[in-house]
Amino acid sequence: MSETEAKVRKAIRDALRPIAPEVDLEQVDPTADFREEADLDSVDVMDFLTRLHQSLGVDIPESDYGRITTLDDLVDYLVARLGD
Amino acid sequence: MDRVTDPLGTDAFWAAARAQLSGLPDGRGLNMAHEAVDRHLAGPTADRIAFRFLPKKGEPLEMTYRELAHETNRFARLLERLEVTPGSTVFLLLGRIPHLYVAVIGALKARCVVCPLFSAFGPEPIRSRMAAGDARVLVTTPSLYRRRVAGIRESLPGLRHILLAGGAGEAGEAAEVGPAGAAAEAGAARQADAPRQADAPGHAAAPRQAGAAGDPSLHSLARLLAAEKAHYRIPDTDPQDPALLHFTSGTTGVPKGALHVHEAVVAHHVTGRSALDLRPDDRFWCTADPGWVTGMSYGIISPLTNGVTSIVDEREFDAQGWYRTLQDERVTVWYTAPTAIRMLMKAGRELPRRFDLSSLRFIASVGEPLNPEAVTWGREVLGLPIHDNWWQTETGGIMIANTAGQEIRPGSMGRPLPGVEAAVGRRSDGEAAVERPTNGGAPLETRSDGQVEVIKEPDVEGELLLRTGWPSLFRTYVGQEERYRGCFRGNWYLTGDLVRRDADGYFWFVGRADDVIKSAGHLIGPFEVESALMEHPAVAEAAVIGKPDPVVGELVKAFVALHPGYTPDEELRLDIVGHARKRLGSVAAPKELTILDDLPKTKSGKTLRRLLKARELGLPEGDVSTLEGSASTLEGSASTLEDAASPPEDDASPPEGQVSTSEGTP
Repeated sequence: MSETEAKVRKAIRDALRPIAPEVDLEQVDPTADFREEADLDSVDVMDFLTRLHQSLGVDIPESDYGRITTLDDLVDYLVARLGD
Repeated sequence: MDRVTDPLGTDAFWAAARAQLSGLPDGRGLNMAHEAVDRHLAGPTADRIAFRFLPKKGEPLEMTYRELAHETNRFARLLERLEVTPGSTVFLLLGRIPHLYVAVIGALKARCVVCPLFSAFGPEPIRSRMAAGDARVLVTTPSLYRRRVAGIRESLPGLRHILLAGGAGEAGEAAEVGPAGAAAEAGAARQADAPRQADAPGHAAAPRQAGAAGDPSLHSLARLLAAEKAHYRIPDTDPQDPALLHFTSGTTGVPKGALHVHEAVVAHHVTGRSALDLRPDDRFWCTADPGWVTGMSYGIISPLTNGVTSIVDEREFDAQGWYRTLQDERVTVWYTAPTAIRMLMKAGRELPRRFDLSSLRFIASVGEPLNPEAVTWGREVLGLPIHDNWWQTETGGIMIANTAGQEIRPGSMGRPLPGVEAAVGRRSDGEAAVERPTNGGAPLETRSDGQVEVIKEPDVEGELLLRTGWPSLFRTYVGQEERYRGCFRGNWYLTGDLVRRDADGYFWFVGRADDVIKSAGHLIGPFEVESALMEHPAVAEAAVIGKPDPVVGELVKAFVALHPGYTPDEELRLDIVGHARKRLGSVAAPKELTILDDLPKTKSGKTLRRLLKARELGLPEGDVSTLEGSASTLEGSASTLEDAASPPEDDASPPEGQVSTSEGTP
């Protein structure tokens, strides 16, 4: 795991915890719909993305939402954006 | 469930409306599924697309009225083969996939009662509703079964059949699975899930998993349907036979199961025309999930009786995706919710310019009052006004609406539809019971009419009243007859919504008369949330309020007090949040939770939600003379922890971090 990926995974864990503290990321199927896996409604999703934005400084435009369905998608997306 | 009787006769309007439908052949009654589907088979509508499904993954799938008739015949036959008797309740817990729609119509054909559940509910709301509704059959997916039902299976001994739809892992896929495979998948998944659940304090209180992989009640729906023949004769159906059961929330007690009868289809049908302007060649998109009453009345029944093509988008809200659906599917009539509209507004004016929305002809909204700016935004950005309308689970169909061709008053719910008599009133009798006929019907119009005072003058606030007699009015709250009766005074149904009526007859929503929380158009009962919080071992008291939010209307906010010996730290706070989410699911679990030293109560021990709400909003706390204890109780004892879960608050500007579900509507 690259340093960037480790940073991204930690940021995801930290952002998710206050919203869905019952979710263990290790138990999440990384290829399944992340919203379903973590039981996030739209309020939760927006809160989650806002927190990621605050911690990583990466803006996630609405037009990119369609590309981020699974946990793997999210990690890949953020790693790529941080590498920009 | 027993047959229920018509409370009152129907007037001329509803008789004429009934005449627009055909009834079962040979005068054998009125069946909702026949009017929705089979009635069209003799004419040109038979080969029109009834549903066009847009799945999360893969290609769209279309089903004509004829194909839908055949599939639903198979489902009805399957229920008979499984010896599911008429009047039994068939629960549905699945996303917007084809099997959901087939199950609704098929179960209605077999004269079973259909009860949809929103698929984001957690195990506890599912359990309490299935127990109250006496569930005999559940249609769900392997994934939802594993995550939401397996753990409560043992507490539902009356549940005889669980029909697993969709793929082996994803709730949304309609791939076939063999019964052994489905059962094994569900069983294996349950075992895999166990360590996760065991982590949560308090979870041990939940009933543990039932059965093993070989649970004989688990069946693959696709496989069983494939074995059934495609023809079916709908049995004689009394228009007063129960058909649909929708749960809604009150301030206190368990959720209320509002029961509707087959003749409700008359209202579904005519209001589809009068309020939504549906015409036979329309391509209609109702964005509400069928887990809520809007998604049933106007996402399934009304568009079918009106012979239109419905677009069913399984995907969750995202602004770009929704504009694309409107464009690519050439949607002509769009029925959505204020929360969704406000989220589209937040996404900016530039985004919709990239899409061709010229097919749109009529837009309507329901779920909570649509703010005037949203109506203006519709005109400017979509080129069409948005027609707000009002109804609730109990009314079964749209009652008050801004309609096509009539002046829209932005911010108003509109005027009563034909066949609907609405008034503003004031209860003058407290909890007094009303007189009822001995045959068990609804209240008679007698002297009990004196128990509600109708306000004639315009612009006076009061409770919205509806004169009973329309066909989609609910006929009971299952198992709670007293509570049902309490909703009526004489010939008036008391809606619990506070309104005013202007001099031109437009109604304006003011607020709820009770403590029910309205979030993204969904009603959430504070008692249900408080009960789940109280199951956490550390929680001694809980109170839940709706905190105003500019996008979703209200967010669920909880206050708890702890048992002695527990330390109110962030770790524990998050543990309680996680517990509530596991029990209730994201749809009803608190978005914010604060630990207090104790909760304010009346001298009789009743927790004062309204005082907590007043404090939360910084409003005057009113008369506190009946409070327990002294001012110290009020002055916030308050160790309150910083609420880490709450997004930044800035009431003056649109929220950046607060957006919500799009499933909205009643």
